[in-house]
Amino acid sequence: MEPIIQINRRDFLAKLGLGAGALVIGSGLPGVSLAAVNAPAGSATPSNALGYFISISPDGTVDIICHRMEMGQGINTSVPQIIADELEADWSRVKVTLGKADARYGDQSTGGSASIRKFFAHIRQMGAVARDMLEQAAANRWQVEKSAVKAQQHFVVNSKTGEKLAFGDLAADAAKLSMPDPAKVRLKAQNEFRLIGKDVKLTGHDNIVQGKAIYAQDIQLPDMLIATIERPPVVGGKVKSFNDAEAKKIPGVVAVVRLKDRTIPVGMNPVSGVAVLATNTWAALEGRKKLKVEWDLGANATHNTEAYKKELAARVREPGAVVRGKGKVADHAFNPERTVEAVYTMPYHHHMSMETPAATVQIKVGKCTVWAGTQTPQWCKSLVLAELGFDPEKDGDKVEVNATLMGGAFGRKGKNDFALEAVELAVATGRPVKVIWSREDDVKHGYYHSIAANYCKAEITDKKTADFWVQRVAHPPIGWTFDGKSDVPADGLLAQGFADIPFALNNFSCETQKASTRVRIGWFRAVQNLHNAFAIGSFVDELAVKAGISTRQMWLNLLGEDRIIDPRKDGFTGWKNYDQLTDDYAVDTRRMKNVINVVADKAGLEKKLPANEAWGIAYANSFNSYSAAATKVRVKDNTVEVLEMHTAIDCGLVITPDRVRSQMEGAMIMGLSMALYSQITVKDGAIEQGNFHDYRVAHMPEIPPCTCTSSPRIKHPAAWANPDCRPLFRASPTRFITRPVCACATCLSIKF
Amino acid sequence: MIQLKVNGQTLSLDIDPNMPLLYALRDVAHLTGTKFGCGLGLCGACTVHLNGVPVRSCITPVSAVKDQQVTTIEGLAKDGELHPLQKAWVQHNVAQCGYCQCGQIMSAAALLQQTPKPTETEIENYMQGNICRCGTYPRIKQAIQTAAVMIQEVKPAKGAV
Repeated sequence: MEPIIQINRRDFLAKLGLGAGALVIGSGLPGVSLAAVNAPAGSATPSNALGYFISISPDGTVDIICHRMEMGQGINTSVPQIIADELEADWSRVKVTLGKADARYGDQSTGGSASIRKFFAHIRQMGAVARDMLEQAAANRWQVEKSAVKAQQHFVVNSKTGEKLAFGDLAADAAKLSMPDPAKVRLKAQNEFRLIGKDVKLTGHDNIVQGKAIYAQDIQLPDMLIATIERPPVVGGKVKSFNDAEAKKIPGVVAVVRLKDRTIPVGMNPVSGVAVLATNTWAALEGRKKLKVEWDLGANATHNTEAYKKELAARVREPGAVVRGKGKVADHAFNPERTVEAVYTMPYHHHMSMETPAATVQIKVGKCTVWAGTQTPQWCKSLVLAELGFDPEKDGDKVEVNATLMGGAFGRKGKNDFALEAVELAVATGRPVKVIWSREDDVKHGYYHSIAANYCKAEITDKKTADFWVQRVAHPPIGWTFDGKSDVPADGLLAQGFADIPFALNNFSCETQKASTRVRIGWFRAVQNLHNAFAIGSFVDELAVKAGISTRQMWLNLLGEDRIIDPRKDGFTGWKNYDQLTDDYAVDTRRMKNVINVVADKAGLEKKLPANEAWGIAYANSFNSYSAAATKVRVKDNTVEVLEMHTAIDCGLVITPDRVRSQMEGAMIMGLSMALYSQITVKDGAIEQGNFHDYRVAHMPEIPPCTCTSSPRIKHPAAWANPDCRPLFRASPTRFITRPVCACATCLSIKF
Repeated sequence: MIQLKVNGQTLSLDIDPNMPLLYALRDVAHLTGTKFGCGLGLCGACTVHLNGVPVRSCITPVSAVKDQQVTTIEGLAKDGELHPLQKAWVQHNVAQCGYCQCGQIMSAAALLQQTPKPTETEIENYMQGNICRCGTYPRIKQAIQTAAVMIQEVKPAKGAV
């Protein structure tokens, strides 16, 4: 984390457009800020380019930068909400701006539900420093001790006389003070929070409902060209030849550009192809239809998901490399009467955010400016610097990455391939270029959630729990995307619901099997928890049936005594608990059992149901949060109908309760889509789906009544954008071992 | 030249008559509140009103709408006051990413024109062509019901004056 600094050089403030009377608190590398201060006069820079977080202007406006990226999770409310609370700012006078890519903010990569978990302490301190300085300025004005004054809702109050001074009136004085040591500034006690844990007016909602919110697709520049790209249908494919004669005849088409070939590893690179650039979207699309491209499809054209799924399912039945284990399972003589064995599969999935990827690039007098909906703006910036051959040490100022709102992302926009396409085309044409992706481009050229197979086997004990637990997983790993070689998941992925299982087992083994990769694999909301939670949840349910007890009771039996889980003790040395290896985030079975009981009680899980209805219950510890889901389904005439969905979450201290609820609602509904409707399949290396008709997601009439129960705690915020509350089905006697769930005779006959 | 009447203003645009209204609005008229989502009329993100009736602007050529009244999200507020649906959306914190919401609101506005007091099933049926990947459907339903009440309350009050 970068140290907190005060920015008070007059010329620097002038550049911010704030005048000398503003108090500005930032987080930055000393030296870098000095360089900015010493930049030549006249190089006016927009205020939010300079790495500050908070500024208080003489008119009382508090400007707060949200350095983390907004894609629907509500971080542009929650980050400023935390700062404003410590500052004692009046929320109605806070203005929020999304931060540009700037290393001085610290890590801006918005994924893995890390924004609040990792920045909470730091940004609180920032707000507290600003508050402390305003209080000191007021104390000086009244010539009293600082202890005699207190910031309250945009004023500092003299507790002896009751006099008040507005923040705006104090900003200039405060700016002249030297900054206190941030570590020594008093933070609020929990009971002093005014905003944290309360619902506030959401940032930007008024703009959204009026069509004024700006997403990456909405950027428009003078003289801009719009580009649409025909890409190789198979990953690793190349353009063999192309004919653009007809395309160029379309009025409005300005250029056709062959993008350069790219090699494996795919990384965040574009996948090459041929771009049609035009003065408007329609002309570009029409021109693209007229392109004739011949492809060299490459080695991955042999990939077929139908065969590959069976291959993975067969492979996980064979002993693999042990990641974590205890006792002896290899030579255990399983009692067939008490043993359950199963293989579960999940298909590739695509994020399908409502806004397809888009980026705009302008290169002007040696400076490249990017506007993109990206979850990783600094990563984008470093890639653009490399693409243009700039030295990141010396030429950092030559690339500026502006973050727009994202119309959904779910992990897809953590990759910046679309921004690099725009850079390449802006260089080629010498004009500003906006690259837009059609829906088909988005579906066919994604970074997919990996296809996966999970194997589970265990034996019921006399105590109605299980032991001699063997589980294996095989899926193309995200690591391949970046190294072109990986064939087993990295520890960080195995720690997502697989090798971190929290069960009280005396004998168990968690093993991996190898899997080759043939499409681009990426992060998808909750990432590897998706298939692991599906497999483990289904398996616990099967164990419950075998043991003749309720599924809730089997979960509780398996979780055992209240205790802290540390998978490193059983040899899983790579476990990092989502980068939170502190006691504050210790993995606690008591909290797991609590959310399971909360959701089971809420759903009325053990009430008698008609024969063709059943409850499914699932639990996941995902990104330091504890969540459980219960789903009621009916199977009738070979169709599955979801009747009710409930979730419970314990994500520690909650900042914006409404955004936790909204994320849970969204997770339930996305889970419903994944369970019932959507899958990506590959034939001869190419993605078969292309739009909402064949990559189906849930529509409004398909949504059952949903509830979510949050069990907030007083400390340590965890994740809420990645809860794994996917529905899990059992409608006796039907059992679903593959996704998406389908109750037709063919699907039910599938056995692995 | 194609003449379009958008939000009460007449626009003369030098464009291909086959160009879908969506791109005319976004690229040429710079009204970017209407969104691209699928290009095939499958998701509803591009919904606008044509003479008060919701249409998918991504599959509606401008030649089919010339000289007719087009209303986009930018034209929904009247005299600087938000439409009851826009207010209800804010009240219920409907949006997550927000990208599909303009299309959702335009469909909902047409629904309330046609059915001032819709039942839950009527809402679901009418809105089923508008996709939200973030999963805001339960709140959209609530906001439509709230807006329906707001509109009903305003009408008698105006009648009394």
